[in-house]
Amino acid sequence: MPNTIISVKNLTKKFKSLTAVDNISFDVKEGEVFAFLGPNGAGKTTTIRMLTTMLKPTSGEISINGFDPTKQKHEARQSFGIVFQDPSVDNELTAKENMDFHAALYSVPREEREERIESLLKLVGLFERKNDFVKNFSGGMKRRLEIARGFLHHPKILFLDEPTLGLDPQTRNQLWEYVRKLNKEKNMTVFLTTHYMEEADKVAKRIAIIDHGKIIKMGTPKEIKSSTKSPTLEKAFLKLTGHLIREEGGTAKDRMRAVQKSWGR
Amino acid sequence: MAGIIIMWKRQIIRYWRSKGRMLGSLGQPILFFLALGFGFGPIYAKAGGGDYLDFLAPGIIAMTILFTAIFSGIEVIWDRQFGFLKETLVSPVPRWQIMLGKTLGAATISVLQATLILILALIFGFRPISVLSIIPAYVFMFLIGFLFSAFGIAIACNLEDMRAFPFIINFIVMPIFFLSGALFPLDSLPKNVVAVTLFNPLTYGVEGLREILTGTGHISLTASLLVLVAVSAVMFAIGSYFFSKVEA
Repeated sequence: MPNTIISVKNLTKKFKSLTAVDNISFDVKEGEVFAFLGPNGAGKTTTIRMLTTMLKPTSGEISINGFDPTKQKHEARQSFGIVFQDPSVDNELTAKENMDFHAALYSVPREEREERIESLLKLVGLFERKNDFVKNFSGGMKRRLEIARGFLHHPKILFLDEPTLGLDPQTRNQLWEYVRKLNKEKNMTVFLTTHYMEEADKVAKRIAIIDHGKIIKMGTPKEIKSSTKSPTLEKAFLKLTGHLIREEGGTAKDRMRAVQKSWGR
Repeated sequence: MAGIIIMWKRQIIRYWRSKGRMLGSLGQPILFFLALGFGFGPIYAKAGGGDYLDFLAPGIIAMTILFTAIFSGIEVIWDRQFGFLKETLVSPVPRWQIMLGKTLGAATISVLQATLILILALIFGFRPISVLSIIPAYVFMFLIGFLFSAFGIAIACNLEDMRAFPFIINFIVMPIFFLSGALFPLDSLPKNVVAVTLFNPLTYGVEGLREILTGTGHISLTASLLVLVAVSAVMFAIGSYFFSKVEA
C-alpha cells in the first residue's frame, strides 16, 4: 500500500464574499497521477496555489510530503515542482538561462545540470533555440520551456496547472508520455488540472471533479463514467457540471480559453 | 548561497543587455552636473566656496546611486506582472536570500552607473584629493546603493500597480535628494532644516563621499559609516519582511 503524499482536509478559501474553495478533502497516494477537473472558476487553481505555499487557506489542513505548506514552507517547497497556468518565464533571458536559473534555485547537482537541461530541451524541441531570447518565442514554445523547467529538479510531486493549453497535439502527446515516464521511473506523483477530458482519461489514475469550490465526484475515470452512465469522460463531466458557460476571469489565458471554446469544440 | 548568486546574476545580465537603460539613466545626472556645475560654479567661487565642481561631484555620484537603486525596486512589480515572480516565490530558497540577491544586484548596478558618472566628472574637471581616495569611496557608494535598493524593494512589495511606483518614488526621492547636501553646503542652512537633514540617511552618504574624495565633510567618517551600515541593516530587514509577505 503506497503512502499518502498529499493530504487535504476540510480546505476552505474565502475571498471577501466569494468562497473559492469550499471545505474539500482528498488524498493523493505516492506515485499516483491525480487529475482535478472543473469548469473555469471552479477553484482548481486556488487549490493548487494553497498546496504550493502561494496562498494562505482560510481554514483546513494540508500536508505535502508530510509538511504543512502554511508553516513548513521551505520543506514543502523542496518537495514539489510546478508548471503554472500563466506564463512565468523571464522574457529577457534565453531559454538556457531560464533553465540555469531554475537549476540554481533548486540546487540541482552541478555535474548533472548540463545533461539534464540538454535532454529536457531536446524533449520539448527547443534545444536548437536554447540561446534565443524567450521574448521571441511563441506562446506554445514558452509553454514547452516551462514544462521542461518544471521537470528539471525531478520533484517528488509535480503540479501541472493546465499544462497543455495552447499546445499542438504533437507536443501534447509527447508531454504526457514524458509525464508517464517520469511517473513510472521516478515514482513521481503528478497532480494536474486540464480542460482536455480525453487527456485526463488517458493519464490520470484518479480524478476529482470540482465545481463551485466543492468536489462533486471522485474516483477512477472508469468509475466516474459508469456512475454517470456516460460513454466518455467529457459526457460525464457535462452531466455533472451542467452545460452553462461559466463566468470568465480577466486574464489572457481565460480569453484564449473562451475563444478556443467558441471556435474549437 | 546559490540562490543569492543567481538572483544577483540575473539582475546584472538584464542590466548589461539593456544598453538603453544604462545610457538613458545617465542623462539626468549629467544634466545636473553640467547645468549646476557650470551655472553656479562662478557664484560659488565668488562667495568664497572654492571649486563648485569638486563640491558637486560627490553629490551627483550619490544622486546617481540613489535614483538607480531605488527605482530598481520596480523590477519586483514587473516580475509580478509578467509572472516570473511566481517562479522565485515557490522555490525552496529562503526569502531573505532572494531579497539579498536582489538588493545586491540592484546595488551593484547603481554603483556601476555611478562609476560612469565618476569617469565623466573626472573628464569635466573634477579633481579628488588623491586617486587612491576613490577606493574607499566605493565602500560608501556601495552602502548608499544597498540601502536604497532595499528601500525601493520594500516599497515595491507593497504596490500592485506598476504605474503608481514612479510617482510614489519621486515623491520620496526628491526630498531625500534635496535635503542631503548633495547640491549645497548644509552648514549655511537654517538650524531646523539642518536638523531635518540629519534624519536623512543620504546625508551621511554624501558627507562620507565628500570627506573621502575632497576632504571637506562636516560629519566624521566613522559616524557616517556607522549610520549607513545601521540604516542599511534595518532597511534590509524591513524589505525582507515585506518580501516574505508577497503573494504572486
